[in-house]
Amino acid sequence: MAERSTAPSAGPDPFELKVASFSLPVLRLLAPDLDSVALRLGNRIERAPDFFRNTPIVIDLTELDRRKTPIDLPQLVGMLRGYGLLPLGVKCIDPELSATAQALELAVLREGSGRRLNPSAEPLAVPAAPDGSGHRSQAGEPNPGRVPGQPASTLITKPVRSGQRIYAEGGDLSIVAPVSSGAELMADGNIHVYGPLRGRALAGMRGNTEARIFCQDLQAELISIAGHYRVSEGIPNELRGVPVQVFLDHQILRIEKL
Amino acid sequence: MARIIVITSGKGGVGKTTTAAAMSMGLAQRGKRTVVIDFDIGLRNLDLVMGCERRVVYDFINVINGEANLNQALIRDKRCDNLYILPASQTRDKDALTRDGVERVLDQLSEHYDFIVCDSPAGIEHGATMAMYFADDAIVVTNPEVSSVRDSDRMLGILASRSKRAEENREPIREYLLLTRYDPVRVARGEMLSVDDVQEILSLRLLGVIPESKAVLNASNAGIPVILDRESDAGQAYGDMVARYLGEDIPHRFLQPEKRGLLSRLFKG
Repeated sequence: MAERSTAPSAGPDPFELKVASFSLPVLRLLAPDLDSVALRLGNRIERAPDFFRNTPIVIDLTELDRRKTPIDLPQLVGMLRGYGLLPLGVKCIDPELSATAQALELAVLREGSGRRLNPSAEPLAVPAAPDGSGHRSQAGEPNPGRVPGQPASTLITKPVRSGQRIYAEGGDLSIVAPVSSGAELMADGNIHVYGPLRGRALAGMRGNTEARIFCQDLQAELISIAGHYRVSEGIPNELRGVPVQVFLDHQILRIEKL
Repeated sequence: MARIIVITSGKGGVGKTTTAAAMSMGLAQRGKRTVVIDFDIGLRNLDLVMGCERRVVYDFINVINGEANLNQALIRDKRCDNLYILPASQTRDKDALTRDGVERVLDQLSEHYDFIVCDSPAGIEHGATMAMYFADDAIVVTNPEVSSVRDSDRMLGILASRSKRAEENREPIREYLLLTRYDPVRVARGEMLSVDDVQEILSLRLLGVIPESKAVLNASNAGIPVILDRESDAGQAYGDMVARYLGEDIPHRFLQPEKRGLLSRLFKG
């Protein structure tokens, strides 16, 4: 019996509601010709089949949307599944496409954000501690005396330890302490680190491609701006341990000495 | 009101129990009424290191469950009248540690003692979080190697967010670093992280550096806290640690390789 629980809930919740961010590959479609997509994508996947097997993927149709080009979404999704990929959601604006995506049980993602295309949906408030430990552990520090209408900025003055995550929602994040490896910084705006940055830094969490990361001593495990990321391996040696800024230049993540 | 000190690390086998035994004995020898609690439920070791394993009748869990009162469970150290040991249970599950129960026991102890030393189990699970939740001070025991340093860093993050002080927005736990199993010879050869390397990552108040020493294992096996072995470098280093904790300004020792003459090199290998 599908009985709706109306009984008063006693005891602690048997679950936690959290916000976490994941780096997902995005398939950005530039032309509606599915045959050539299938061919080219097939070639890529053949070269690294293990990398693509069961990989979640987001389909970005905003470019086609913009040009009002129609696309056979069910066929595209079928093709991706055929290659072993797991389409999770679709980025699009067109309401008809959104409806099709929903019929295919895919999430509809708004351009540049992880939120659903639903104007009534409230943006998720302060995300809970992702693993119960670190989040906003510098108790009371973030956004002290936040004035409505002013951009929110977060200042952290204590070391950010491995396993801690700090999310500056809707603004910049400034850290005047070291950031340990295994720590994660996230901001909707810029990230500034006055100290060694050994953990991860993700700026422009909601797709702000203008966001930048500034740091005094780059030793990061991962840097990302609006979803364009680079891991430690991809950071040239001459840019390590020196003051740098990281920004997006025509969709390409660039690291530049300061 | 007692000051509650947690000895923690994240990683296992770095010397938490040895440090807890040394710390509590050192404080007691300096006239502080001290009790040391083993939080490692199910894998109790502290009683062995303290040499009182054959006198355990009741344990921490018995007290929490109301099956015994504190005076029945506390074991007075034979070497020092100021020191009491509250052993862990070997048979129970660590989930028997309830937050209310732990708080009640700590509150009771707090009335009669100056210091409560909590020997945390390894890991970041229930037992470890219970051991640190009520702490005023934390001594993070770290070996000079990368995995231990990272685990300590993780532990520091948890200390900063999941303690009672953090939850009540009070002054945060005072954190100290204790480097153990430090081998200056290997550091000089570049095989081991130096004090500076570790400090660069953790940036904490350095409470002491305990050199790698055979005396530590010998003392554990004999059930004598190594701090009582005043001949050994490790025992002296632990003595310095306690003095520093109590506010004395003592320079760090045993950071440089011992200079050995040709003869001793020939004979000691």
